[in-house]
Amino acid sequence: MALSEKDVQYVAKLARLEVTDQEVGKYTQQLANILDYVEQLNKLDTTNVEPLTHPLDVKNVFRPDVVKPSLTQREVLSNGPEVQSGHFKVPKIM
Amino acid sequence: MLEKTIHEVSADLKAKKVSSAELTKAAMDYLEEVEPKVQAFITITRDEALKQAAEADKRLASGKDITPLTGVPVAIKDLLCTKGIRTTCASRMLENFKPPYNATVVERLYQAGAVSVGKTNMDEFAMGSSTETSFYKKTKNPWNLNCVPGGSSGGSAASVSADQAFASLGSDTGGSIRQPAALCGIVGLKPTYGRVSRYGLIAFASSLDQIGPFSKDVEDCAIMMNTIAGHDPNDSTSANLPVPDYVAEMKKSIRGLRIGIPKEFFPEGLNREVSVAVKDAIAKLQSLGAEIVEVSLPASPYGLAAYYVLAPCEASSNLARYDGVRYGLRETGENIVEMYSKTRAAGFGSEVKRRIMLGTYALSSGYYDAYYLKALKVRRLIKNDYDKAFEKVDVIATPTAPNPAFRFGEKTGDPLSMYLEDVFTVSINITGLPGLSIPCGMSKSELPIGLQLIGKAFDEATLLRTAYAYEQATPWHKQKPSLRED
Amino acid sequence: MAFEDYEPVIGLEVHCELKTATKLFCGCRTIFGNEANTQVCPVCLGLPGTLPVMNEKAVEYAVKIGLALNCSIAKYSKMDRKNYYYPDLPKAYQISQYDKPLNYGGYLDIITKEGTKRIGVTRAHLEEDAGKLVHAGGKAGRLDSSDYSLADYNRGGIPLVEIVSEPDIRSADEAYAYLTALKNILLYIDVSDCNMEEGSLRCDANVSIRPKGIEKFGTRTEIKNMNSFKFAKQAIEYEIKRQAALLDKGERVVQESRLWDVTENKTKTMRSKEEAHDYRYFPEPDLVPIILSEDYVKTIKDNLPELPGAKRARFVSQYGLSDYDGGVLTSDQELAHWFEEGAKHTKNPKGLANWIMGDMAAKMKEQEKELKGLKFDQKKLCELVDIIEAGTINSKQAKEVFSEMFDLGVSPAEVVKSRGMAQVSDPKAIEGAVDKVLAENPTVVADYKGGKQGVIGFLVGKVMQATQGKSNPKMVNDILKKKLDA
Repeated sequence: MALSEKDVQYVAKLARLEVTDQEVGKYTQQLANILDYVEQLNKLDTTNVEPLTHPLDVKNVFRPDVVKPSLTQREVLSNGPEVQSGHFKVPKIM
Repeated sequence: MLEKTIHEVSADLKAKKVSSAELTKAAMDYLEEVEPKVQAFITITRDEALKQAAEADKRLASGKDITPLTGVPVAIKDLLCTKGIRTTCASRMLENFKPPYNATVVERLYQAGAVSVGKTNMDEFAMGSSTETSFYKKTKNPWNLNCVPGGSSGGSAASVSADQAFASLGSDTGGSIRQPAALCGIVGLKPTYGRVSRYGLIAFASSLDQIGPFSKDVEDCAIMMNTIAGHDPNDSTSANLPVPDYVAEMKKSIRGLRIGIPKEFFPEGLNREVSVAVKDAIAKLQSLGAEIVEVSLPASPYGLAAYYVLAPCEASSNLARYDGVRYGLRETGENIVEMYSKTRAAGFGSEVKRRIMLGTYALSSGYYDAYYLKALKVRRLIKNDYDKAFEKVDVIATPTAPNPAFRFGEKTGDPLSMYLEDVFTVSINITGLPGLSIPCGMSKSELPIGLQLIGKAFDEATLLRTAYAYEQATPWHKQKPSLRED
Repeated sequence: MAFEDYEPVIGLEVHCELKTATKLFCGCRTIFGNEANTQVCPVCLGLPGTLPVMNEKAVEYAVKIGLALNCSIAKYSKMDRKNYYYPDLPKAYQISQYDKPLNYGGYLDIITKEGTKRIGVTRAHLEEDAGKLVHAGGKAGRLDSSDYSLADYNRGGIPLVEIVSEPDIRSADEAYAYLTALKNILLYIDVSDCNMEEGSLRCDANVSIRPKGIEKFGTRTEIKNMNSFKFAKQAIEYEIKRQAALLDKGERVVQESRLWDVTENKTKTMRSKEEAHDYRYFPEPDLVPIILSEDYVKTIKDNLPELPGAKRARFVSQYGLSDYDGGVLTSDQELAHWFEEGAKHTKNPKGLANWIMGDMAAKMKEQEKELKGLKFDQKKLCELVDIIEAGTINSKQAKEVFSEMFDLGVSPAEVVKSRGMAQVSDPKAIEGAVDKVLAENPTVVADYKGGKQGVIGFLVGKVMQATQGKSNPKMVNDILKKKLDA
């Protein structure tokens, strides 16, 4: 699967990363090289092999439905780049 | 005094030969004196350290509740959240981020009475093997200031190697503790996945990340593990298993211990010096009573390829939260999408961007099966290999890194060449097994070489035991770097 | 093609907020309406380094929902990450369930004009809610013309169960019936407040149409922002007509999301530059699988309350009520309980039911009273039912008695006594009045004897007048007839 510049532009958009035209070329080449290297995974036969999602064989970890203290509003907003009336402010969505 | 180990200086503190205040002041002064050469720290916390030292002295005076770490200065990798103290992940994105909470391991260090001297430099968001992708500075290898300390926990490794701290915490996702430990000539341990809580560890790859200690010797490593290991209800992936006394376990004999040597880790073309040093170490272990067994891990060479799918995929999701809304850098934009895109473009370095894009691509519609799912299946195959090998042996020994420390800029031109640094370490993260690196020799150019020991899940005790026996019979742990340039 | 020749195909997605004390992955409160960002912690704020831990009660409630909807409960279930960017989503991914939902393959029966219809429930899975955005500046309140938005994360992390129906619904009426039946079930099992105004119940509709008799589905649109069941019905009706009009013109239906506009009573395209989302689902590495034992599921099942459908059927068979009556009484769990408590105190449950559904319901609505606030209890109402049954008062009088009981809480026996309402049911007393009326109305008597049997009503009225309306009308009628036919 050859990676094209169009693919990189699409992926950059999905990942909300602004890339310049210059950068696209460079990244396309670098990513293509890495994907080439990764292709070797296909040399291994994985038919009927169960994927291993968690290295640890643990199940059913729960916590009781008991209230714990929250942060104060001030603490919540303390790292906010822009805050207004107790909220985080963001530019328009449309 | 600053050249001592934790267990040595702890004895001095208990015997009141020195106070924590004196020790900490001396440590901070020295740290700052050599820091222009080493560049191991992003944030130095002198005031906090002295306050903690004063508290530790009270505790030491009372004679109650004293641990081996009480009053001892340690350093913390800058991706572990420290309440009220800047935590940057060596990224512009989190330049001014002050977490309102402590990571669990940090809490445990504090509860033990340790003194935190500062936050150490690293590769940005833990992505790298040389600490060269840090937004802030390049950390130098204390053995040769023109060489890299390894990565991503380069600052944590260098600070211990240079005696700026008695021990430090790092993190390891593909080798980021073990490889810098090897390159800096110290002990580094990546515990079994789930042995140490990840709560407060700023995530890179959730199913691979683990926190672990850097130390000057094996006993110090055991002391650190006794303090940080154990179940945490705040981390669903933390194992609910008892923690042995690693210091006690460490001193047991290794007679009859079966050590596996996997042929896949000694390929044609392996750096000769590394090969010789590691083979000598294995021979040493044999002379101490261990049995050497040949094993094979046929799928392990594919570990790096699997890692470079799994890690970027998880990272692309873990790093999506850096969007300028609630914390971190924000660049202005006409609308929210522009704000996101400009913020992330300005906040992340190119290695981080590369991995985010790679991961996004591999998870995207149409590619999930070919990449992510395939890598998860290869992961199972690699684990099966290790499980099978561990039926015959107790420990597996390999080189830690394919080469000693390299020079700045040597591998930054081609991402793939940097990735190959992790070739011997990644399969251990993929399988979740514990791995330890211990110095086992020096190159002709006086750069350290590391031996990697891999254990069964939750069998850090055997790793420490093996390492301790080797260490006590060799001179490497007594060697100190000279902070020279070439 | 005429509108009637199209068949609507509708599927409904309902999000139900669970009324657990804490959020899905952290211990923050879930109370509605508190000051912004005061019920937030590092975990639900998505701060770097934080990790989710599953709320056991949320799982229990989710399984309850699955059982109440006749679903199969997954033996193996897991959480997945749904990745997308939006400022109300702190981690830039929602922890949800993709391919292994907790509940699947269920159904819900609705009552339509044609009888009972079974609507399939594809799945009901667990996921976390997002925060809330307020759009401000410009034409404040409207997403598409605001200058900026404000984010409040109090709601972020609250547990949701998303209930997805099969596209079995064929009209807006059926959709309304489905929504009311579903809400009723959720209230019965007490897992949610189901308050659409507070957002604890939300619904979206997928609507498409196809020519009758054709199997292939048409293009569907998603309708959002329907804030009540009434609006949902209107929106679906509108959308069906809109799509029919398009197809009639030879145009195509565009697959898109549309908003219900309550001021213009139309569905409108959501103006968005977003292409179809690529959510890049992958298993959540920070959480472990959920394996529920049969015992666990059985315990929940055994402890489910009687559900509306079963209660309705039982009311019909046990109390001799009609299907309709059963439906009305069970449409509210409290009302059903009130009725059943009452039925213990009368031999005429049907009579009781009629009063409840008729006069009582009307007066409650008029005076905006709830069951809790009634001035009388079931015993008093049953007293009234029995008094009527015994023939002590007639139906006109009964209404008066009921009013006084409702408004003042006085017992019916009291009212009858104090107002001297006791219906004259003594045949001798009535005979006297009857004889008098017959004597005074010879022409009418003659008409009757001549064949006009209907005039007896006039004579009954005269007797009622003569006795101040206190006679038992049936008895009057019978005695009149006897004398006239004699």
